[in-house]
Amino acid sequence: MAVLEIHEARKRFGATQALDGVSLSLGEGELLGLLGPNGAGKTTLIRAIAGRVRLDQGTVTIFGRAVAAGAPRSDLGVVPQENALYPLLTARENLETFGRLNGLEGKRLRERTAWALEWTGLADRAQSVVRSYSGGMKRRLNLACGVLHEPKLVLLDEPTVGVDPQSREKIYDMLGALRADGASLLLTTHYLEEAEARCERIVVVDHGRAIASGTLPELVDQAGLAGRLVRLRLDREAPAPPSGFRHDGDPGVLVATIRDVGSELPGLLARVHDAGFGVRDLEVRTASLQAVFLKLTGRELRE
Amino acid sequence: MIALLVKSAWIQLARDRAAQVLSFVVPIVFFSIFAIIFGGSGTNVDRTSRVRVVVADESRTERSQALVRALEADSSLRVHATVPAGGRGPGRSGEPFTRELAEQWVKRGVVSVAIVLPVGIEWSIMSFQGGRVPAVILSDPSDPVASRLVGGLLQRAALRVSASGGGILDLAPGGAVEAMMPLPFETHQVLGEKRGNTMISFYAAGIAVMFIMFAAAGAGGVLIEETESGTLERVLTSGLGMNGLLLAKWLSLTSFACAQIVVMFVWGMLVFKLPLLSHLPGFILMTVFTAAAAAAFGLVLATLARTRQQLSGLANLVVLGLNALGGSMFPRFLMSESLQQFSLIGFNAWALDGYLKVFWREAPLAALAPQLLALMAFTALFLYLARRLARRWETA
Repeated sequence: MAVLEIHEARKRFGATQALDGVSLSLGEGELLGLLGPNGAGKTTLIRAIAGRVRLDQGTVTIFGRAVAAGAPRSDLGVVPQENALYPLLTARENLETFGRLNGLEGKRLRERTAWALEWTGLADRAQSVVRSYSGGMKRRLNLACGVLHEPKLVLLDEPTVGVDPQSREKIYDMLGALRADGASLLLTTHYLEEAEARCERIVVVDHGRAIASGTLPELVDQAGLAGRLVRLRLDREAPAPPSGFRHDGDPGVLVATIRDVGSELPGLLARVHDAGFGVRDLEVRTASLQAVFLKLTGRELRE
Repeated sequence: MIALLVKSAWIQLARDRAAQVLSFVVPIVFFSIFAIIFGGSGTNVDRTSRVRVVVADESRTERSQALVRALEADSSLRVHATVPAGGRGPGRSGEPFTRELAEQWVKRGVVSVAIVLPVGIEWSIMSFQGGRVPAVILSDPSDPVASRLVGGLLQRAALRVSASGGGILDLAPGGAVEAMMPLPFETHQVLGEKRGNTMISFYAAGIAVMFIMFAAAGAGGVLIEETESGTLERVLTSGLGMNGLLLAKWLSLTSFACAQIVVMFVWGMLVFKLPLLSHLPGFILMTVFTAAAAAAFGLVLATLARTRQQLSGLANLVVLGLNALGGSMFPRFLMSESLQQFSLIGFNAWALDGYLKVFWREAPLAALAPQLLALMAFTALFLYLARRLARRWETA
């Protein structure tokens, strides 16, 4: 059974169709990336899963039970994009507050608070007020407050925004530990390289619809970017690129797209040699998630 | 360059509504309120600004009754020699005022001044001889202007009686000022005479009420900060609904406001000898009900405003306006009667009335019922409004 199932979700706010029939599912223990430009409908979708948005049409089910707007679920944890913490309370006090709000009490609350302080690496700063924390420390505590009650499904809205690479690594280690304990994660991010590296599957949402989903190779295919990108740095500038190549901004750099590296690459290199150029550097790679994303959602700026 | 920066500053002001309200609307509102209080903007100012006086004529002679008529004819006074119908003080309608009844009316704050004309007063009018019986002015010290004004008007009335009744101007040259008065009088303060500074309790209440309103509005702004930080969303995603959230905020704001008032009055007791301990039951009742209303009022402002800037502008306008009207800055009893009635639209006017009853008029707890009921009604109204306005944070 899917942990999370969204079917044909539609929601309109005034003149804006925020969700326009989006469907997706999340399996047990899976880390699913939810990508999309600004205003694509990601936040509305997250809020609908959390029961904070009443859908006009469609359904959201968690472990087979329909989500009712306004009814909290103990099997769900939400980690918002903002550091939703009380700045003048300590880490321990924040954890205890949100733990109680999510139904933890007594010994269980004390145990989970102690676990969270260790898990976040904040045990030695447990008595400091959160206002004095660094951005990375607040992010980790923000994450801990959302999962303290051991939810089986965790919604993470941009959990690594605005933190340094070390904190980002630590946060992904923490997410890995959650998955190891059996939690399923739905993550939104604008860091495409992170989604590419960390998520097993990705759903791209735009204009309130899921326009592509799958693993990165599947997305590459769906975007029509199958093949390999060959990038050559020449020993000098080439005013007119040889047949089959195009410039990549710099007249000294040529690019070409091929389907079969073994059979097509030697011919490409021969053409460059025949044109009288030497090759200083060579790079062969698949299309990045960035390229896929831009191909699917366009280059037009979103507000 | 300088012109460019000046232009930029004006453009920013034109786009900042909170700054516009603070710069232009708040001063106009205050100017208007004080202009109405002091200058009068209506056509019935003369009528409404007359001083209400009750007269107990113990002499009941022709001359004392002539004096009462002369007082009644004075356009600066509204005189009651008998209990008026629908009056807020004790006594049956039409019953002549006695000294005791008149004193009750002053004590309860229905009028600021009462005049008692004792037996023998008829020989004191314009006689200028020794051993004259003085008139007695019973005054509420919270309104020192009224008793002095009435003292002066009493002299004018005595002169009128003399002019119409053929009194003898028998001046004693070089005598004391009192001896040269058309009618000698003594002023007795019926309240607060035992206290060193009778205005302390008035100002303690006035300042405390004004600042708990500011504090409640400011603390209510936490809701806006929690919206911006996402904490509110996180709390609402948990088991606590909007009703629980608002109740928690209201209770915390109420307890903050109680603590503020207690600190203020304890300071008044320690430093200015405010008689707090001898008025504890009334003080506790008034403080809890006032704090509850102020907290609910703060929630309304916080749920109405979308940003901290909006809240700041709104709080300054509403809190200062209500307090100017409600008597924290300028005593209500010095305002015209119509303005005194109008100022009851603010809960703070009821709160101040209640504190004055406790500390000034030594009123029994039962006498606080109108103020406590009004504060309860305001609290219920504010909580209802805050709940309605908080819908925007609920499930979309």
